[in-house]
Amino acid sequence: MKILVCISSVPDTTSKINFSEDGKSFDAEGVQYVINPHDEFALTKAMHLKESNSCVVDVINVGTSKSDSVLRKTLAIGADKAIRIDTEAKDGFFVAKQIANYLKDNPYDLILSGKESLDYNGGMVPGMLSALLGYDFVNGCIGLELSDDKVTLQREIDGGKETLKASLPLIVAGQKGLVEEKELKIPNMRGIMMARKKPLEVIAATDMDASTKTVSYETLPAKGTCKLIDADNVAELVELLHNEAKVI
Amino acid sequence: MSILVFAESSEQGYKKTALETVSYAKNIAKNQGSELTVVTFNSTDNSALGLHGANKVVNLKGSAFDKFNPLTISQAISEIAKEENSKIVVIDSTLNGKHIAAIVAANLEASFASNIVSEPISYEPFTVRRNSFSNKAFQNMELCNEIKVLAIAKNSYGATENKEDFTEQDYSISEIKNTLEIVSVEKTGGKISISDADIVVSAGRGLKGPENWGMIEELSEVLGAALACSKPVSDIGWRPHSEHVGQTGIQVSSNLYIAIGISGAIQHLAGINTSKVKVVINTDPDAPFFKAADYGIVGDAFDIVPKLITELKKFKEQ
Repeated sequence: MKILVCISSVPDTTSKINFSEDGKSFDAEGVQYVINPHDEFALTKAMHLKESNSCVVDVINVGTSKSDSVLRKTLAIGADKAIRIDTEAKDGFFVAKQIANYLKDNPYDLILSGKESLDYNGGMVPGMLSALLGYDFVNGCIGLELSDDKVTLQREIDGGKETLKASLPLIVAGQKGLVEEKELKIPNMRGIMMARKKPLEVIAATDMDASTKTVSYETLPAKGTCKLIDADNVAELVELLHNEAKVI
Repeated sequence: MSILVFAESSEQGYKKTALETVSYAKNIAKNQGSELTVVTFNSTDNSALGLHGANKVVNLKGSAFDKFNPLTISQAISEIAKEENSKIVVIDSTLNGKHIAAIVAANLEASFASNIVSEPISYEPFTVRRNSFSNKAFQNMELCNEIKVLAIAKNSYGATENKEDFTEQDYSISEIKNTLEIVSVEKTGGKISISDADIVVSAGRGLKGPENWGMIEELSEVLGAALACSKPVSDIGWRPHSEHVGQTGIQVSSNLYIAIGISGAIQHLAGINTSKVKVVINTDPDAPFFKAADYGIVGDAFDIVPKLITELKKFKEQ
C-alpha cells in the first residue's frame, strides 16, 4: 500500500500579506513558510494509516528549493520520502499536470491532499488530478478508515455529512476533522535527525504553459472605522442595523 | 454557442447561491449575446431557473444521477459543454459545486478560476477578480485557454430576475465510471447551515463556559441566524467542531456577522471577512476585531446580549 500526500508550502497563517510594488507577485520578505494547514491534516492521517497498516507514505511538492524546509518537516513528522518537482508552481492546473505526469510512471494507491491551499485558495489540484488520472475523488473529507482495499469515508455536504465507500486508487482532499487539531504531529528531535537521512528527490518538471496569468494583486481596501455604540444604548445598534446597514 | 451554468437544486428548491450563480452567468450571456443553458440534476421544478434567465434547462436524469457522483456529473457537464460549444462554464459554490468544478475544468482543458467576487473585469483578455490569500487579498487573473470555467464566491453577486421562456430536456448517461458508493447521508435537521445563512451569530472564549451559550442560542433564534463559534471554543470542546468558523474552519459570507467575546485573531478574521456587515461585542476595547468591524459595543456579553435580545424582540414586534 502506497500513500502519496501532496504538500503546499504556504505563508504562516499569521503572516501579513504584502505584494511587490508592481502588484504582480507576493512579497515573501520576512514571511515564515509552513505546511499548508489542510495538507497537514492529510499528512497526519497518512501517519495514522501507516501506524495501523503497513504502508509507505511519500510526499510530493511542485516548487522551487524554497519548499525544501517544509518538505524536511514532513520527513521529520514521519514521511518516508519527499519528491519535489523542480519548477515555479505557475497555477493549479499546471501543478496538477506535473503531479499527474509523475503518477503515471510512479503509481500510488491513495493520494491525499488538503482541500485547498491557504495562499492561492484555488481548490483545484485534487479534483484536476482525479480528472487527469481517472481516479475517484472525495472532497472535503472529514473521516477516513481503511480495511483491506476498501475505504470508508465521510465528507462534508451542505447541511450535513455523507458516508461513502470507495475502492483504490482514490484521491482524497481533506480538512480539519480528518484528524483533530490536537493530533497534529510536532517533529521530535529523533524525527528531525532521521529526516536528514531520508531522501528528498528533486526531479525535473515537464515543460508546459500555464493556463492563467496573474495580472495584479490588491490588498483589501482600508476598512472604515468601526462605529462604536454605547453599552447603555443597545437599541441604537438595532436601529443602525435596520436603517443604515439594512441587514435586519 | 451558449454559456453553460451548473446549478444544483435542493429538497427545498433552488438555493440563493444557485440562483446567484445563474444570474451571474446570465449577465455574461447577455454581454456575449449568447443563450444561457443551465445543467441541473434530479430536479422537478425549474421555473426559478427560467425566472433568472435560463433559455434551456438540461436535467441530468437516470440511475447514474440518483445520487451525487462527482465523476459522472462532471463527465455529463463536460459532454454537454462540448455539444453546446460553450466557451464559458459557470459552477455554483455549494460544496458539491466545489467538488466538481476542477474536474470539469480539467476535462475541458480549461482555464479555471474559483472564488470569483465580481463580474468579469474584461472580456478581451478574459480577466476576473477573485479572493486569494484566505480573503486577505484580491487576485486579478487572466484566463488564457479558449474554454474558461468559473466558480463564484458565495454571496458576492446578487440574484437578479430576468424572465425567459425556456425549453427543458433530460440527459442520461449510459456508462458509470464511479466506484463511489454512498452509504448514508446525515442532515443536521432543521438548523440553518453556517455557510448559507444570511445572519451568523458567533461566540468565543469571552463566554467563559459552555453553560453560558443559552443566551447566544436565544439571540440566534430571534434573528433567525446560524450559530457559530471561534476555534479555541471548539478546540476545548465547549461547542462542536461543525460550528468552528475561521481560516481552517467554515468560511462565512453572510450579510450580517455578530461576534461576541471573540478577540478577532487574524485566522478568525480570514474566515469571516467576506461577510458584509460585522458587529463586535467585547469587553476589551483593544481587541483586534474592532478594527475589522462596522459596529461595535465595548461591554460585557452577559450585560449586552440580554439587552440586545430584548431590543430585537421589540423591533420584531413593530
